[in-house]
Amino acid sequence: MNYTIIGNSAAAVGAVEAIRRYDRKGEIVVVSREPYSVYSRPLISHLLAGHIQENRIFYREKDFYKRNRIQTFLRREVKAIQAKSHLLLLDDGERLGFEKLLIATGGCPIIPPVKGINRRGVFTFTTWDDAKEIRRYVRKKPVESAVVIGGGLIGLKAMEALMALGLRITVIELMDRILSATFDKKASEMIERQLKAKGANLITENTVEEILGSHNGIEEVLLKDGRRLKCQMVIFGIGVVPNIGLLKDTPIRSNKGIRVNIHMETNISSIYAAGDVVEIPDILLDTVRPIAIWPNAYRQGWIAGCNMAGTPRRYEGSFAMNSIEICGIPTISVGMAEAPENGFEIIQELDSKSGTYKKIILKDGVIVGAIFIGEIDRAGIYTGLIREKIDVSGVKDILLREDFGFISLPREYRKHLVRGEGVFL
Amino acid sequence: MKRIYVHEEYCIGCRLCEIHCLVQHSRSKKILKAFKEEFPRAVSRVLVEEHGYLSFALQCRHCEEAPCLEACITGAMYRDKRTDAVLCNEKKCVGCWMCIMVCPFGVIKRDLESNKVASKCDLCLGEEMPVCVQNCPNEALTFEERTET
Repeated sequence: MNYTIIGNSAAAVGAVEAIRRYDRKGEIVVVSREPYSVYSRPLISHLLAGHIQENRIFYREKDFYKRNRIQTFLRREVKAIQAKSHLLLLDDGERLGFEKLLIATGGCPIIPPVKGINRRGVFTFTTWDDAKEIRRYVRKKPVESAVVIGGGLIGLKAMEALMALGLRITVIELMDRILSATFDKKASEMIERQLKAKGANLITENTVEEILGSHNGIEEVLLKDGRRLKCQMVIFGIGVVPNIGLLKDTPIRSNKGIRVNIHMETNISSIYAAGDVVEIPDILLDTVRPIAIWPNAYRQGWIAGCNMAGTPRRYEGSFAMNSIEICGIPTISVGMAEAPENGFEIIQELDSKSGTYKKIILKDGVIVGAIFIGEIDRAGIYTGLIREKIDVSGVKDILLREDFGFISLPREYRKHLVRGEGVFL
Repeated sequence: MKRIYVHEEYCIGCRLCEIHCLVQHSRSKKILKAFKEEFPRAVSRVLVEEHGYLSFALQCRHCEEAPCLEACITGAMYRDKRTDAVLCNEKKCVGCWMCIMVCPFGVIKRDLESNKVASKCDLCLGEEMPVCVQNCPNEALTFEERTET
């Protein structure tokens, strides 16, 4: 059997590890546009900030490809997928045949229509190369201040890294608050206050209309409200959308992301997709959408890999979740951040003195969302309850109490969990 | 694999498992030194939960398809080839706490006092018997290989 994977990040690794679990002999081929051995994209902000050295960015050991007997085509780009004839066309004209294909091409940065985006000093912030180029630019040019477009997770991580390099940063956010997709108002406010205290400049309900400068670089940006901000660098940190450009002229169906069935297979048999490039069921919102987070990508890759190797496994969907530390404050947000309408119950606890905030949203006795700021210990218990849709009406009053734990949960749930595959209590 | 099994009906909530776990993961591995001389103090990786008459000790279940392994962005969480335990390479961990977000047992802790990396049960790194099991006076913890159904 031949397994070919386009992409070289979490979903690809998940697939490789699943395939090798069930098929030790089959041939595995990995094609990646990037020249690097598998690395962790979320770590580029740590790298840029100087918190980790380059040797720590690798996601798997150096011998990962050798040990799993993977043939790599790095720094090579797939130009076309010929679904019917099971062929990939590479940028240098080479053709690769495949028996099973996994499309794990990830996401690409959102770049809104802004005048002057081709100027020197404009960057995106998703790949190792992005981080390298930013660092080189900051060193070579005298860059004192930068504008980060986007006050979500990517934008704020870029902001933190650049502040660590000594730059003055202004974050421009379209919505009326930062992290609007991840947090509720209260949580956003708490983080905003901390960011301002650290010296970041936040501008909300605004956007960059034009990046101005000369052939030499950027001088300033023009905002929607007419304001001008002096800066020498602009980073697009808005977020990512599924990287589906490759599907053009193929019969592989996509909407926002590639559409897959419960086995992570596309509408074309033997062609699978996983990771930030797909759309999947959001089991909380009852919809199908891309949820571009690392744990999903690995899991989907794993499920795809099992199925590709002939062991049927189902992927039931997921929901939004994120764990991120901003200004040294740990935060976790799982599921809904805000109750969308009536009929939801909210339990919350705010301790302004210690800077902690916890909130749980319930619907019909089932947790559908949770936010933890400053104090995140045991947050996974709530994630588990959300995923399994456990009725917690019986323990509602103690949900946020300090001694709430595994022991507070319905006995059946405890037993169910610990009876899971290979899990025993 | 050999796993720690928890028998809540025998647990008396004495918390000796917590103490021995802390000592085992201290620098000196001596109980007095661990508590009186070593700062930051080591962290116990087992947690006794108590509610009324019910109590049990809970530590990492070393899940077969472990959510923490899947969620780890750095590759610090890994499966030990010899013991099949889920371990954390603290040199790689950056403290992003994705593992804490996804562990349904809530048994991964932040080790704030030292280098802010996740600390979790390591089955005492291949000791014949983990110290929590060894020192449980009531056999509320056992370490066994079971054929799992």
